[in-house]
Amino acid sequence: MSGLFDLVVSVARVAVMLAFTLSLVPIFVWAERKGAAYIQDRRGPNRARILGLTLGGLFHPLADALKLLFKEDFIPDGAHRLFYQMAPMFALAPALMTFAVIPFGPPVEIAGRVVALQVADLNVGILYIFAISGMSVYGVILAGWASNSKYPLLGGLRASAQMISYEVALGLSIIGLVMVFRSVRLSEIVASQGTLLWGIVPKWGVFVQPLGFLLFLVAVFAEANRTPFDLPEGESEIVAGFHTEYGSFKFSIFFMAEYIHMVVGAALIATLFFGGWQVPYLADSGFLLPGGLALGLPGALVFFLRIGAFVGKVFFFAWLFIWVRWTIPRFRYDQVMRLGWKVLLPLSLANIFVTGLVLLLIDGGA
Amino acid sequence: MEPILFIVFGAIAVGGAIMVVTRRHPMSSALFLILTLFAVAALFVLRQAHFLAAIQVIVYAGAVVVLFIFVIMLINVPENKLPLERLTGFRFLGIMVAGLFILEAALVARRFATPGTPTADSGSVEAVGRALFTDYLLAFEVTSVLLLAAVIGAIALAKKRI
Repeated sequence: MSGLFDLVVSVARVAVMLAFTLSLVPIFVWAERKGAAYIQDRRGPNRARILGLTLGGLFHPLADALKLLFKEDFIPDGAHRLFYQMAPMFALAPALMTFAVIPFGPPVEIAGRVVALQVADLNVGILYIFAISGMSVYGVILAGWASNSKYPLLGGLRASAQMISYEVALGLSIIGLVMVFRSVRLSEIVASQGTLLWGIVPKWGVFVQPLGFLLFLVAVFAEANRTPFDLPEGESEIVAGFHTEYGSFKFSIFFMAEYIHMVVGAALIATLFFGGWQVPYLADSGFLLPGGLALGLPGALVFFLRIGAFVGKVFFFAWLFIWVRWTIPRFRYDQVMRLGWKVLLPLSLANIFVTGLVLLLIDGGA
Repeated sequence: MEPILFIVFGAIAVGGAIMVVTRRHPMSSALFLILTLFAVAALFVLRQAHFLAAIQVIVYAGAVVVLFIFVIMLINVPENKLPLERLTGFRFLGIMVAGLFILEAALVARRFATPGTPTADSGSVEAVGRALFTDYLLAFEVTSVLLLAAVIGAIALAKKRI
């Protein structure tokens, strides 16, 4: 009985997580186009219509998906057939797997059992994310090499060098956070962020680790290959980078992987630095404001508020990715490398040192 | 459940390792190496060594093999120019010696190894960190000095003008 219950819960969690991430892809493709249009003062998607309805261009992702599905699925002459076909899978799978350790809500009690709203609550949580997201470099590298063509090879090399460089800064930028919350388990990091700092400010990662947040944000943008770090597909120099030779559905898998990376990046920023599913001043019983004001709320409402808070944060930070893309121009490649190694790396090391010093002064090293 | 998983992942690790040395195309070898490293990480997880598993994937599968692939990509030998390696007498001898070594290692392990039963958090970040900074502090620090020397050496070798 309990085995069956566990199985059902696990399958349900995986299904919800997959549905959530995958359904966000078309939404953000749409949001990207609309956002680009508003920010750059031009018309966005507005032509695809069903029965005379355009719904602000919401049918465009659907039309795109259909178009990509029905296009010819070709393999260029001279490509390494097997590796060429494997590359999109290598790109998509790690992007989807990363989401497994992100808690999307508080633990709930179902039929007398506490169920964590998280696919896997690993005790190496953050390290798992680094391990899996480190794998996504293979999709890019294989695509670039297997296409057997100049521009993809250059794009693949650029992308992999960039991802490896920024992985270092990414990993080091959250060490300070781990030191403050004393855990690498994501559920514990989120739980610690529910307390208050000096009784007023929520103890979110961004308030205790402002520099760490900034470094992490930059590194996440670079890891997701988004502007201003989208050198791997700098169209003015190397056409479309590693996926130049890809078409039809294989191309759309790379496209999906990019957007899932964006969603995962947003979820990570929200989880590590903005309290995950925590709502400021919201305890299990209701709102408890610092002035002693209390507002009781039913448990179910609190639960949905918290899940809503997580989804809202993910949407905001995913929007931030779009916002930055259409506002800031692309770096030059040597600038990207210099920023990664000569600015982010020393700053993140300094951040670790200062955090350690402050913790030592506050707790006396306890 | 655990013995079955051990056999599955062990078989993947060994099978992947055999494929690494027998594939003709270096890219296939590199990808099978990733498979082997993942299977070994899974074996670590089965022994509750979660931290070790994560580090294994980050360092070996995520960084070391990427460098291998860089080299394969940049040298990029066309498929018809790859050397065709045959089973020579020397290689046959190598296989024999490897078999003997495996047998010997298994015998030694059976006689002398006393497998402890790992608890749920004996492989956690906290436990490994504590062990590194108390019981094995000297070895840990010496290793880091060694790695630093290697980094400096790599830079000295790669840079023409320092």
